[in-house]
Amino acid sequence: MKQLHSIKDLQMMANIIREDIITALTEAKSGHSAGPLGMADIFTALYFNVLKHNPRKPNWPGRDRLVLSNGHICPVLYATMANAGYFPKKELLTLRKLGTRLQGHPHRESLPGLETTSGPLGSGLSQAAGMAYGLKIDKKPNLVFALCSDGEHDEGNHWEAVLFAAKYKLSNLIAITDRNYIQIDGNTENIMPLDPLDQKYNAFNWNVITIDGNDFKQILAVLHKARSNRDRPLMIIANTIPGKGVEYMENDYRWHGSPPGTVKTERAPSLEEQSSIALDELHAREAELRGKWYRQHNKLDPLHTLQSKKRT
Amino acid sequence: MTDLHQLKNLNKSLHLNFFRERIPTRNGYGEGLLQVGKDKRIMVLCADLVESTRVLAFKEKYPQQFIEVGVAEQNLVTVAAGLSAVGKIPFVSSYAVFCPGRCWEQIRTTICYNNRNVKIIGAHAGISVGPDGATHQMLEDIAIMRSLPNMVVVVPADYEQTKKATQAIAAYKGPAYMRFAREKTEQMTTTKTPFQIGKAQVLTHGNDLTIIAAGPVLYECLRAAAQLEQKNIHVSVINCHTIKPLDGETILTAVRQSKKVITVEEAQITGGLGGAVTEFLAEHYPVPVKRIGVRDHFGESGEPQELLEQFGFSARHIYKEALSLLGRKR
Repeated sequence: MKQLHSIKDLQMMANIIREDIITALTEAKSGHSAGPLGMADIFTALYFNVLKHNPRKPNWPGRDRLVLSNGHICPVLYATMANAGYFPKKELLTLRKLGTRLQGHPHRESLPGLETTSGPLGSGLSQAAGMAYGLKIDKKPNLVFALCSDGEHDEGNHWEAVLFAAKYKLSNLIAITDRNYIQIDGNTENIMPLDPLDQKYNAFNWNVITIDGNDFKQILAVLHKARSNRDRPLMIIANTIPGKGVEYMENDYRWHGSPPGTVKTERAPSLEEQSSIALDELHAREAELRGKWYRQHNKLDPLHTLQSKKRT
Repeated sequence: MTDLHQLKNLNKSLHLNFFRERIPTRNGYGEGLLQVGKDKRIMVLCADLVESTRVLAFKEKYPQQFIEVGVAEQNLVTVAAGLSAVGKIPFVSSYAVFCPGRCWEQIRTTICYNNRNVKIIGAHAGISVGPDGATHQMLEDIAIMRSLPNMVVVVPADYEQTKKATQAIAAYKGPAYMRFAREKTEQMTTTKTPFQIGKAQVLTHGNDLTIIAAGPVLYECLRAAAQLEQKNIHVSVINCHTIKPLDGETILTAVRQSKKVITVEEAQITGGLGGAVTEFLAEHYPVPVKRIGVRDHFGESGEPQELLEQFGFSARHIYKEALSLLGRKR
């Protein structure tokens, strides 16, 4: 598998993943934008630096498990997996379409490399806890990473899992909460207040670390500590910016469940142009480095540039 | 008593063991688990009902394979889905009202759609739970579980069959649901009676009427059949212990002869065994069917026998319904 080590490389990769998310969502004409963009950095760090995995052998028993609980942010999972080599990138254009392996919410048996089927919220942490329990009693060293949203903390099932994981001291369970403060209907603290979330986990006998989930230095620092986590399960509260990288989407809850080209806001450009503006904005970042970087990392161009190359 | 006399004759001709000790079906589950537990992949998960779901002996014999999750049925089934993902074969045990009642969506998404090898055990199902009342009398479980893709639904008739069914669903790879009742139950099968998922068992052969039943109420059906025999009405009684996949072949063979059917189950008539049989016959061999079950109603507190009588599960009631279906006077 392709490993990226420098923060610069990881940032470039995360940006390509963001561009691919926009391309896939635009093509699909439905789906969630804000969460996937906000979590692109963490997914990049996991798949290109932290996880033990093998895209060529998705069922390799020695792999770490990554359980995506809030299945609706699967565009970031798919885009990351495609860039990591699980399947051809052009397949991202089939997202949500009839016959696709990239279902609107992930279906395990459709796509090798998916660890669970998810979508209905609040059930991922307990599945991850079940995996961690099974691996622990078999004395396996693999870690289980459970990725959750903040909104799904409204679900009772999630807290049942929090109790369970603490009781059985599942230190091989590493949970990451995407703390972006939005859910479909608005700000999490208006819908159902969660703060102080870190203190809740402390009180439930978890180890807790809060990080900036869009800062690779902090992400890598905490994830590299995960393998030496002891005694308690670990919750990483990752403060992220929903819609990160696309200015008109950032921190606006209306982009939670909408693809580019669908939400007219004061900040948003015209509906027709939303997608290309997002891609231009993302693509313009670190523009002077790009040419050199692409040459070094063959085949890692974003999907939309590959398409336009084909066209010309 | 002629009824008893008839049953004894039936007993002889069928090699059945009606008159042994009455044992709850759930005991068969507990003992079945002790046998399958030799396989270290078998895990038993319980939600604070160790004794009444009969998993205590397993917990004591195989403590490393037992997990207590507390009163949390949504977590019960989803932790099981996770265990299955790393190669375990989890059995989750609770009362049927709580599991699958409380956690149906989790079962749908994380076990059925996810195609996980998890066994769901619904204890204390049916009206015969008794004094606890309607909140604890699960009547809808067969319908909600039968409608799930990938799910197998098994309703064994007695202690011995529950034991065999426990072993059979452990060996079967995929999601399975098994329901049983609380009360002591007559024994209609023996250690020698074969059990195969999806293969119904024909207990009596007769060309005038087919009675298809699942669960301990099968005994009342056999009593009714014995009474009908006295009237020279010959009845096929089928123990349809697997409701999904339904054994259409065995049902068709009997119904082609009798052309009249009664279904009996301690559950809502909507969507359960009666639903499964009528759906099948409507497409393949439409004949008059009378479904005996709870008719769009909740149960209530009472002694099990009183409730079975009141809700129409007694042999007397089945006998009356049979005569009515056949257009015969009493």
